[in-house]
Order: sequence, then structure tokens, then C-alpha cells
Amino acid sequence: MTRITLDTSHKPGASPPPHPDLYAKRRQIYPKLAHGKFRTVKWAVMAVTLAVYYIVPWIRWNRGPGIPNQAVLADFESEKLYFFFIEIWPQEAYYLAGLLILAALSLFLVTSLLGRVWCGYACPQTVWTDLYVWVERAFEGDRAARMRLDHAPMSFNKLWRKAGKHIVWLVIAFWTGGAFVLYWHDAPTVAKGWFTGEAPLSAYWFAGILTFTTYFLAGTMREQVCTYMCPWPRIQAALTDEHALNVTYRYDRGEPRGPKRKSEGWEGRGDCVDCNQCVQVCPVGIDIRNGSQLECIHCALCIDACDEMMLRVERPTGLIAYDTDVAVAARAKGVPVPKYRLIRSRTVLYAVLIALIGSLMIFGLLTKSTLEMNVIKDRSPPFVRLSGGDIQNGYTLKLVNKSTEARRMTISIEGAPDAEMKIIGLESGSRKQFEVPVAAYGVDRYRVLVVVPKTEDIQQITFRVTDNATGESDSNRVAFRSGN
Amino acid sequence: MSSEKDNVDPHSGVETTGHSWDGIQELNNPLPRWWLYVWYITIVISIVYMVLMPAIPALPGMGTNTTGLRNQSDRDNVAIEMGKLDAARQVKAEDLLKASLQDIEQDRDLQQFSLAMGESLFESNCATCHGTGGRGAKGYPVLADDIWLWDGTLSGIETTLHHGIRHTSDELTRNSAMPRFGRDKLLSSAEIDDLVQYVLNFSGRSDSQAAVQRGQSLFASQCAVCHGDGGKGNRTIGAPNLTDEDWLYGGEEADIYTTIFNARNSHMPAWTDRLDDASIKALAVYVHSLGGGE
Ligand code: SF4
Ligand code: SF4
Repeated sequence: MTRITLDTSHKPGASPPPHPDLYAKRRQIYPKLAHGKFRTVKWAVMAVTLAVYYIVPWIRWNRGPGIPNQAVLADFESEKLYFFFIEIWPQEAYYLAGLLILAALSLFLVTSLLGRVWCGYACPQTVWTDLYVWVERAFEGDRAARMRLDHAPMSFNKLWRKAGKHIVWLVIAFWTGGAFVLYWHDAPTVAKGWFTGEAPLSAYWFAGILTFTTYFLAGTMREQVCTYMCPWPRIQAALTDEHALNVTYRYDRGEPRGPKRKSEGWEGRGDCVDCNQCVQVCPVGIDIRNGSQLECIHCALCIDACDEMMLRVERPTGLIAYDTDVAVAARAKGVPVPKYRLIRSRTVLYAVLIALIGSLMIFGLLTKSTLEMNVIKDRSPPFVRLSGGDIQNGYTLKLVNKSTEARRMTISIEGAPDAEMKIIGLESGSRKQFEVPVAAYGVDRYRVLVVVPKTEDIQQITFRVTDNATGESDSNRVAFRSGN
Repeated sequence: MSSEKDNVDPHSGVETTGHSWDGIQELNNPLPRWWLYVWYITIVISIVYMVLMPAIPALPGMGTNTTGLRNQSDRDNVAIEMGKLDAARQVKAEDLLKASLQDIEQDRDLQQFSLAMGESLFESNCATCHGTGGRGAKGYPVLADDIWLWDGTLSGIETTLHHGIRHTSDELTRNSAMPRFGRDKLLSSAEIDDLVQYVLNFSGRSDSQAAVQRGQSLFASQCAVCHGDGGKGNRTIGAPNLTDEDWLYGGEEADIYTTIFNARNSHMPAWTDRLDDASIKALAVYVHSLGGGE
């Protein structure tokens, strides 16, 4: 990329030089198709990730009446998240937070071990850009042909190739936006409703947005997203160290570089034949021989390109390779190359944190109850003195039934021997416990009044709800105000 | 005056604006292109907006502003939205009208609806006097306790809501009036003092048994008609119980003196004309649920 350099040679008095161009235009990059093992891995990762993305919403999962039988679903209507056998209710949003923390930590761990493999292989921006370049190549040919076509005047040949490319891009974009929407609704219903105009407005809206962003980001923005818009390149600089594996040009072996004739020998020169293959295949348009750079997404395509060249000139492969900074420096100095260290303080720290949070979440999910109670205390009035002097506090009990059957439950109070309660709408009278129905798969609210005799000084009481059939229970300790 | 050469920054070779603060000069760099484009776009949008939407204050006699081609008005939009809300509510409101108050309270669905509707009605209409959650204030009864001047049953609360208390233009209103014993010179100051001691004695707080003795016959002749011989009050005419710890206007000696001297006949408006029957039903269920419903 072009860098802005200020001309400091200007002397006062001389006529001013033209304004420096502060608005560097994007240099069009024409990545050449690489062949080799990393390219193969990338095709495979692309196929798998795209397949997962497009297919997952169609996986069915029996969820009982009234709920879409979808394995992975973020259902706004019922405010629930479904992930195979896991069901997340709004009250359990911390699982989502946990998942995000896990994702971040995994990214940290992988980055400190293998550098930016996420960027190079799995990041959606990389995957879709790769797919788009593949389409581009199918219509316009490889690097040289594409450059020629771009510089050629408009012709029928140019027109249909360009138009065809954009149409296929748009179709892919639309497919992508459409698949996104399926994660939020019952997939078959939305897919059917889509064409009859019965899908929810938000579905069209979000599909539209994602169609546009896919087309725009993968089609025209490409590496500029990674370089200018993505915060990750900045963060990863703090995560990798001299022990992390990075795509590295082994200058100890390559320099001094230069073109080479068959007749010449290899003495006194480096292995790099300055063929520029590594630059031509690079999707971000940099020269890895200048050292590690912010723009490099570590896709390893330059490794494939260089290895091919090394085989041709009959030199060992791996002039560009995944390597650590310490290893390259050691070789340059001629000291023994240290072994790659998987176990370092930071990798251990990340791994331990991942194991910790992961097992906490698994434990939480396995012991998850199907019954939950939340108690909200009346704030106004905080308490009421009844005619006899007894103290009454009001509460709203929210009973959450996460099973698909209606249940009968018993609400009782503990911690105040003489306290009695009354539930609005249930047969009148004060008692120590009440039996209430709780609807299937939902939240039921009950308004409860608790009366404590004036002789008893109570600060807190405990509500308990118990399933009559299974004995499952939940309790909640809340304040009791008496004005004292 | 600055010559041309002063106007050029020697380091960058960029023209300056000629402004200098503490030796720091401002470069006259062009604006970023994208920034300029965004600015132009906002200008275009603002013009389109002015043509379509009400935007420009009009000259006197021309209304308040230009109406714009789209003829849109927030007032109308709100009215439409409110209409939709009412229509949605109407369905449930009809169920409320059909059901008895008891049935509403027993039916989980109608109960939850009434509580939600009643709460919002209460907060916007009743909380001004009775406080949020019916916490009450001096002169305004607590609705969350079990002490009722009139009637704390569901239908009793509904009646109070419909007709108010001492609401002069409603014949069915709950009515009663305590005489202004001092102001109208029905009793002397000394007699009122004796009565105060007598009333305080109901809750064991009198400090002069002689005064209590004197007050006894006064109470029997003046007060017992409404408040009963034992001062227990009378629900049918809203006469408060004088023997408990609850005092609507304060239970201190001075408070009670003022009450007997001036009488306190406060008002609650009738809501029949301001709220529809379904709303009043929902309110009754809500108030009944606050904590003291009978
Ligand atoms: S320098 Fe190599 S690894 Fe980095 S982006 Fe370019 S081709 Fe990929
Ligand atoms: S591909 Fe290898 S040999 Fe060719 S220029 Fe790049 S580093 Fe040198």
C-alpha cells in the first residue's frame, strides 16, 4: 500500500510543492490462484464453514407443541435461544455471556499458538471474499487475464463477464442474507412465506441488509475490511509474541535475493529468486519479504506459491513458512534453533481459563432446573400496618416453568414461624402455604401478601416453590420491612 | 499582512490559513472527500425533508408551519396509534364488562389483564393523591391496608370509584358530614379539649382522667351517633374507627383538636364521567389487590 510521506526537504522560500495526496486511492489487487497444501486446506475450510452456515437452520429437533422444531434457533417471540438440547431463557442470558467469553479466549489461545489462523482461514470475511474471488476468476480468468480485462475498453466480452460476475455475487449475497434470517424463525415456514409475502417484515429487512453487506464487503471492500475496519489486527499484536507461529519469510535463507539463470550456481546468494510469486498470490497485496505486517492475514498462500517455485528451481521448500521470530533470528545468528514451545505462560493461562469457564458452563447446563422463581418486593408502600398492628408486605412472585407440561406447585414461606400469606385471586384466607397451577412452558405471576404479627421482629423471609409431582424446588430470600 | 511565503508551512509545504496560535499554525488541508460527500448528501436530504415534511414556521395568519407534501402530523399519528391500542384493548374490555368482579379476580387471564390495566390507570389518575401502590398520605387513605372508611369489598370499591366521596354533583356519591364543632360554635374550646382527651383515651393515651370523665357525656351526645358508643365507627356512613392506631388526619392531640374544631370532609371525585366502565372495573380489581381487599 502507498504510505503518506511528508516532504521535509522543502526549504522556506522555494516555491511550494504540490499538495501531498492525503487520499490514497485503493490499489486494485489481483490475487493469483495458488496451488498447494494450504490452498487445499483453505478450500476445505471454506466448504465446511459455508455448509455449516447454510445447512444448520434446516436441522430439525423435536421440541414439543407450539415451538418450532428447529435445532438452532434464536426465537424472539418466546424470548428463548435453542441450541440442540440446550435451551436458554432470558433469565439465563449469562450463558450467552459465557459463550462469548469462551469464544474470545479460544481466539486468544489460537492466536498465541498459531498466529492469525482465524483471519487466514475461518473468518467470515476471508471465507466469503475467497468465494467471491473464485467467482471472479471463473468469469474473468486468473490474475493476468483479469488485469488485461480491466484495462481493455468496454466490449461485449468485457460486459458479459463483468455482468455475470456481479449477478452471481448478488445471488450468493442474497442466499447468505436469506440463510441468516432462518436462524431467527422456523426455517421452512419463513422460506415458504418468503415468496408469498407472508414472512415477517423484519425477515425481509435483515435479509436485505445482509445481502447488501455481503455483496459490498466481500465484493468490493475485501482486504480493506481487514486493514482498516477490523480491530483484530491491532489486538492480535498484543497477543502474539516472538514464540508464536507466523507466516514468515526466512530471510536468513533467502537473502541476498535475485533472479537466477539455470547456468549459475547457488553459491554466495540466497534462495529467493525474486520471482514475485509470493506477492502475486497475496490477497492483501503485500510483500511478505518485508517482514511481518499489519495487513497480513496469515493465509499462507505465499507459502504455497514459494514452495512451488522452490520445487521448480530444485531447492528445499519452506523459504516462506510458518515459523517463529526466535527461530529465524537464531538461524540468522547461526545458533541452534530453539524448539517450538507450545507451553508458555500465556498459552497455559488461556487454556486454564477456557477449561474453567467451559466446565462451569457445562456443569450449569447439566444441573439446570426446569423451575425458577423470582420474587419482586413492593416498594410502594414498603410495608403496611394493619388495623390490628400486624405488618403486611406485598410481593410479586414470578414462577418460571421451563418444562412443556402444566404443573401444580406449592408456594410456602419459611423463616418466620408466625407469618401467614394470602394470594390474590386464590380462595381467600391466610395460610402458610398455597397450591397454585403454573402453565406449561411459561411464566406465571402471583401477587402474594405476607402478614407477620407485630410481636415478631423479622427482617427477611424465604419463599419456596415446590413441584408437587417431582419435588423439584426453588427458593428466594427477600427482605421483609416492618418500619423498625 | 503576510506575504505568500509566510503562508506556506516549511515542513509539509502545505499552505496555511495564516492563523497562528502560540506559534502553532493551521494547515489549509482540503477536507476528506468522503466527509464532503456526506455533507452534500445531508444538504440534499434536508431540502427533500423540508419539501416533504412540516418544517418551516409559517408567517402569521398562515397556521403554525408549512405542512409539507406528505401532510404528516405527529398529532394524527399518535391518535391513530392510540386508536389501534384501544381497539386491541376493546376485546378484553368486553370480557371484563361481561364478567363479575369476583370472576375477574379468579380468572387468571382476566386478572392479569386487569392488574396491568388497573396499575397504569391508577398511576395516572389516582396516585396523585393516594400515592404509588396506594401508599396513602395525610388526608388520603392508604389503600394497601385493611382499614376502610366505607367499604373494601370489590363492589364497594367499584361504587366508590363510580360515584366518588362527597362529590357534589353525583347523587349516589358516598356522603356524610362531620359538624364543625368549634368553627360553628357548637362547642366551646374547653369542651373540645375534654373531647380530645376522651378520644385519646380509646387508645389509652389520655393524660387527664378528669377530662375524660367530662368528655364522656359530650361524646355520647355529640359524637356517638356516628362513631358509635365505643368509638368503633360506622362503615355505612364512613365514620372512622377512633379506637385503632390508624389516623387519616393524624392522631396527635393537636390533630384531633383541629379535626373536631373544623371537621374534615375531604372529597374524592366520581370517575363515572372520566373513565369507562371497563376501566373502573379493572381499577377496582387492582385496588382490591393492593393488600387490604375484603
Ligand atoms: S503475505 Fe502471505 S500469508 Fe500474508 S496475506 Fe499475503 S499471502 Fe497471505
Ligand atoms: S515466491 Fe519465494 S522465491 Fe519467489 S519472490 Fe517470493 S520468496 Fe522469493
